Amino acid sequence: MSHTEYLDMFIEESQEHIQAINVHLLELEKQPEDETVIGEIFRSAHTMKGMAGTMGYEDLTNVTHALENVLDQMREKTRLADAETMDVLLEAADVAEEIVEDIASGGEGKKDIQAITAKLLGQSMRSEADKETKEKSSINMDWNEYDRAVIAQSVESGMQGYTMQITLADNAMLKAARAYMVFEALEADGHVIKSVPEASDIEAEQFDNEFIVAVVTTAAKEDLVNRVAAVSEIETVVAEEIEITVSTDNEARLEKTPSSETKESSSPERKRAETNKTIRVNIDRLDKLMNLFEELVIDRGRLERISEEIRSSELTETVERMSRTTGSLQEIILHMRMVPVDQVFSRFPKMVRSLSRDLGKQIKLEVIGAETELDRSIIDEIGDPLVHLIRNSIDHGIEMPEKRRQNGKPEEGHVELRAYHSGNHVYIEIEDDGGGIDRERVLKKAVENGVIAAEDADTLTDYDVHQFIFSAGFSTVDEVTDLSGRGVGLDVVKNTFESLGGVISVHSEKGKGTRFSIQLPLTLSIIDVMLVDVGEEHYGLPLTSIVETASIKSSSIFYVHKRKMIDFRGNIIPVMFLEDVFEVPVEREWDRENYSVVVVHKGEKMAALVVDSFIGQQDVVLKSLGHYLRDVRAISGATILGDGNVALIVDTNALL
Amino acid sequence: MTEENAVKKVIIFRLETEEYGVEVTHVQSIERMQNFTRIPNAEKSIRGVINLRGVIIPIIDLRKRLSYEEVPYTEETRILILALEGNHAGLIVDAANDVMDVFESEIGAPPQALSKEEQMYLKNVIKKESRVFTLLNVHAVVEALETASV
Repeated sequence: MSHTEYLDMFIEESQEHIQAINVHLLELEKQPEDETVIGEIFRSAHTMKGMAGTMGYEDLTNVTHALENVLDQMREKTRLADAETMDVLLEAADVAEEIVEDIASGGEGKKDIQAITAKLLGQSMRSEADKETKEKSSINMDWNEYDRAVIAQSVESGMQGYTMQITLADNAMLKAARAYMVFEALEADGHVIKSVPEASDIEAEQFDNEFIVAVVTTAAKEDLVNRVAAVSEIETVVAEEIEITVSTDNEARLEKTPSSETKESSSPERKRAETNKTIRVNIDRLDKLMNLFEELVIDRGRLERISEEIRSSELTETVERMSRTTGSLQEIILHMRMVPVDQVFSRFPKMVRSLSRDLGKQIKLEVIGAETELDRSIIDEIGDPLVHLIRNSIDHGIEMPEKRRQNGKPEEGHVELRAYHSGNHVYIEIEDDGGGIDRERVLKKAVENGVIAAEDADTLTDYDVHQFIFSAGFSTVDEVTDLSGRGVGLDVVKNTFESLGGVISVHSEKGKGTRFSIQLPLTLSIIDVMLVDVGEEHYGLPLTSIVETASIKSSSIFYVHKRKMIDFRGNIIPVMFLEDVFEVPVEREWDRENYSVVVVHKGEKMAALVVDSFIGQQDVVLKSLGHYLRDVRAISGATILGDGNVALIVDTNALL
Repeated sequence: MTEENAVKKVIIFRLETEEYGVEVTHVQSIERMQNFTRIPNAEKSIRGVINLRGVIIPIIDLRKRLSYEEVPYTEETRILILALEGNHAGLIVDAANDVMDVFESEIGAPPQALSKEEQMYLKNVIKKESRVFTLLNVHAVVEALETASV
């Protein structure tokens, strides 16, 4: 595998891990005690650290390492998941994300991480101090198995372990140098086995004023303290024997801890293995697989025909079995390209959390239908515009808590992010219960920008006015906040969705809220259709738009304004002959007495489509007719049937 | 005649009694005539779409497009599958059975006597030994589709 392939894998996996970290951090915020969640975050951070190390991204390695340290302490219960810790952890995840994004966009993954590591270390340092003042117990260090083994061995060989907390003077100038001198003093007749922060961080002066070292030595405690205190600019030195924890307490710990640890780490891992066993496959390969499979389907059709002609029971049986197998195979392949929108949605809760905090608003985000599947290529594109819309709802939509109270609304604003499948489309909606769009302000701006003439303003419906917010250079918010007012307007959002073949609209009611509704096509998506015959041709009607199928008497058709109508369950609905709509060449020897109709609807509107016969219901892959046939009337695409022939899919919405 | 000297490789196909050429770089494959699905309300020269190894490709009857008389398809009828900037279209031709190296000196401008519309689809005239054939402007043939199909 080449370096670039590794790099792709690294980026993709890192992004997944960052997402996992974010999700789990938010979970942890709700359940600060949950060790499995901490374990999950730790695992993600740890994996990323390993990968970043292998790939040579130092800054990322350091950030994840610092993150890991804090998590480790949380695991050991020397650190609580309070709001401050959560903020720093989330910030660290952000920094890691920025680095990965930089790498993904071709950068070197370099970033000034001093601030964040210092914050993380500050967290860990303070936790040490807190712990000490609170419990008045020994200076706390996390011993891993290796450390314990070293200490135990040293004790056996007649040495003694000490932990030493060393505080430098506030005005110390050469902190790293002082620390180095301390290390040297300690190493004279012993070994420093561990320090907090780590030696490399201390060397880089990445610590506040104090650090902790664990040392195994033959020297006496007083000697050590004096020796260290002799180094200039050292304020205090506290030393404690590790013996207490190692030989008495630690006997038990050594017995107990590993077993509890294995339990802790094995159970979630097993769970992961069950739920998340995946491999990465290049999407081009999936395309190739799909195309090859379809060739197979064509040959299967030929074999079926041949077996009918030859009438050998053995051949027929084999072909039937093959048909069943390829049927299952087809289903699997079709579903492989689809990914749940959750991939995009999962990053929003965290974004909403931090935005609402920055703005001093209380906002609850509800995500519905995250399991809705979309083609991978669309998923990749919709992230940024959705971020923009959600920011818009939070920034401009939801009001400040006081204002909401005044208006008789609950202080906590509600933003709902929905995804669902309907017809040939997937719909994504973002709805808030905020202030809604102010018609007058939009109109004023639209007149100013020359989008409409002032005298036309009154004739427009609210709905029409609201759509103006998608025009270029439109922002009704006078003060530019640093969130949404970044010069990127909703017009860019609209263009992005349109380039995907989507449609966006906004519905708003003043004082009640705003809903953005995005309709996305399923460029390569599986839809359920009812296959029908019209003359010699096959057509597919999307099941979601079908009300029911029926047989009507030709005599029940009557005319309204020269249009054929029937009374369908109390509604007068138009009758359309698909053979006329699609100019299907048909020769009929006699007039039909009964018509087979499919009643379709678009919202409230209905129509009865006359066909020759129903073939049946089938899951099919919707394919485009290609670049050169983009706008065929009332046809949304085509599908390849089991016999290799192409059937067109009717866009019933265009008929209504 | 070595390949190095060849300016372009051209696939030769037949319409009626005339010979036409298409640069081999524009052609993805040559297929036998097969079942197609009619596209309703489409431009008249669009015969429909075929399924070629999982890709749906519109096919154009070149006789119709170039205003030849329409005749039934035969065993010889072929579909030239074009791949232009990643987009596919098929051309139905009477027969396709030759690939030829064409040299700079053999390429000439299309005859002036033709009408504008006729000229639109023709790129060059190639004279090779005793044969004369026309290099088809495939972009013009398929681009007309885009607007015509709406």
